[in-house]
Amino acid sequence: MPDGGVPVLAVKDLKTVFRTRSGEVHAVNKVSFDLRPGELLGVVGESGSGKSVTMMSLIGLLPSPPAEVRSGQVMFGGEDLLKVKEERLRALRGARIGFVFQDPMTSLNPVFTVGYQLMEPLRKHMGMDKPAARKRAKELLELVGIPDAERRLGDYPHQFSGGMRQRVMIAIALACDPEVLIADEPTTALDVTIQAQILELMKELREKLGMAVIWITHDLGVIAGIADRVMVMYGGQVVEQAPVRELFGNPQHPYTRALLKTVPSVSGERAEKLAVIEGQPPILSAEPAACPFRARCPQAFDRCARENPARVPVGPGHDAACFWDPETGGPRNV
Amino acid sequence: MFDTRTGRKLVEVHNLKMHFPIHAGFFRRRVGEVKAVDDVSFDIYEGETLGLVGESGCGKSTCGRAVLRLYDITSGSIWLNGEEIGEADFHRLRPLRPTMQMVFQDPQASLNPRMTVARIIAEPLDEHTTLSRAEKTERVFELMDAVGLNRDFANRYPHEFSGGQRQRIGIARALALNPRFIVCDEPIAALDVSIQAQVVNLLEELQDRLGLTYLFISHDLSMVRHIADRVAVMYLGKVVELAPRDALYATPKHPYTEALLSAVPEPDPSIETRKKHILLKGDVPSPANPPEGCNFCTRCPKVMDICRKVEPPTFQVAPGHSVACHLYSETIQKTAGETAAIEAQESTQQGE
Repeated sequence: MPDGGVPVLAVKDLKTVFRTRSGEVHAVNKVSFDLRPGELLGVVGESGSGKSVTMMSLIGLLPSPPAEVRSGQVMFGGEDLLKVKEERLRALRGARIGFVFQDPMTSLNPVFTVGYQLMEPLRKHMGMDKPAARKRAKELLELVGIPDAERRLGDYPHQFSGGMRQRVMIAIALACDPEVLIADEPTTALDVTIQAQILELMKELREKLGMAVIWITHDLGVIAGIADRVMVMYGGQVVEQAPVRELFGNPQHPYTRALLKTVPSVSGERAEKLAVIEGQPPILSAEPAACPFRARCPQAFDRCARENPARVPVGPGHDAACFWDPETGGPRNV
Repeated sequence: MFDTRTGRKLVEVHNLKMHFPIHAGFFRRRVGEVKAVDDVSFDIYEGETLGLVGESGCGKSTCGRAVLRLYDITSGSIWLNGEEIGEADFHRLRPLRPTMQMVFQDPQASLNPRMTVARIIAEPLDEHTTLSRAEKTERVFELMDAVGLNRDFANRYPHEFSGGQRQRIGIARALALNPRFIVCDEPIAALDVSIQAQVVNLLEELQDRLGLTYLFISHDLSMVRHIADRVAVMYLGKVVELAPRDALYATPKHPYTEALLSAVPEPDPSIETRKKHILLKGDVPSPANPPEGCNFCTRCPKVMDICRKVEPPTFQVAPGHSVACHLYSETIQKTAGETAAIEAQESTQQGE
């Protein structure tokens, strides 16, 4: 597992707000994290926890209005991505930062061939001429395990199956050899046997290319198998962050602990009754002045309603945003 | 395991086929058919949950809908509580509808956005009962209590609820007529992890309290392991394996079931990194043009010559555990000649 080194991406106090007719939605609140070279950072959370919005904010992909990145700093290669001009951002996106989205059908353009869409970033960002781009496009399709690559370059997205389309998306994202790959629920729309293929492909590609990856998912199983480090998000905040084994073996935040218990497994012990997190995720209509999880938290006490806990170190490379200490079963001294 | 509840069959499905015609060309001629459900048989015992698992497009939802006779089936027979409903027409089906209900996947799409919760839940009562208005209101409140919805929300509209609460509305509506059999078609697929557990626990609680029988359709193998008593695995329109839950998860017999189970990521890094995944090659073939022989032969890691020619029959490998795979043909001594021929073929295959 890669450790230490200068982070390729450093995010500090990122805050994103959506302005809607019925008021503001504080989707991301003071999110900070580092992405180290070559590591795979898993981001887990439920829908509405702010995991996708965080990553979209980083690279200016949110439509504004209604979105507004209100504060924060995103350092990438010595530049603050929140301050650079749109053209500069466009040059970075697709070239040095690649993306894979959840639904490969809606993120590929149905009226262009796959070959054209693969060659587009190569010609735009790398300045390749047509024959060179075509050669590289073929190599990329081979890299992601699409058989008969030469011929498939002329096919349209609808001629590919779901799993194959996702491979094409990965090929496009990798086209310009990015330093960072952001994958937003890339296997959620796929069947388990196809998901297994894509996860295996991802492991191979990381070994071969060594890029750093941010992998967003709600599936703890996927995270357990692929991530080096995990960040758990809830209510627009990072509530816990740890190396993967530490997080699953020694979860500290009550939300993480509950989440791990609600997920049944296919081979482990079978509980008679599933553990439940009662209640609903919070509605983020204002900047939270208290812990966003307190209404559903079995450990909540009076302080949780007065202050929003900051992330505090709780172990090696492990931090959690909680006033409660599972070791002592009482309040933490922070 | 399967006879621990009552041991009485509530639903019996024999050789169910549901084929959809494909029309093409200027005259819209019938050029083929999608064999969404192709010769499927299973029983569901009273009070149990039969899990029906498979990947998208395998025909599991079509199967669930066909069993409830939401389609006119192509052939086969369906018995519900001792009555044949596979052939029944609209007039005979209608009085039977209250006993069989459905919970749909997408609570957003299956609830009318212009109706209040109270009217949605009362609609089956309007259609099938002669209760007075006061009695209906009382029943609606009762149902809302049963599924954990606040009575004060009776006059709200579906969009005012979260996904999990909407699914509760759908469940309350399905329960309105005191059904005995409910088909749950991916009831938790659209919900968040922490909400899924709430809905699954509710379904289990209702089953215990009301003695319901479920056909639980899902692609989520770990959730099915939690809720089902027995599990049927479908692939390309056919049930390839059917077994009591523990047997299926501990000792899967069909190569597809094995691969499917090994593909599910475990939420535990120490298991997940040690686990050997069986990676299937390629994609599911089109149900309009299934391969010859066994439907799984194009992706099967244990494929033999016979699989590409002959469709495998279903073998009983243990009590209540059946598998449709040629690998198990030797365990059943049929006519001696046939068995010998198959064995000969197998040994040449294994010698490779």
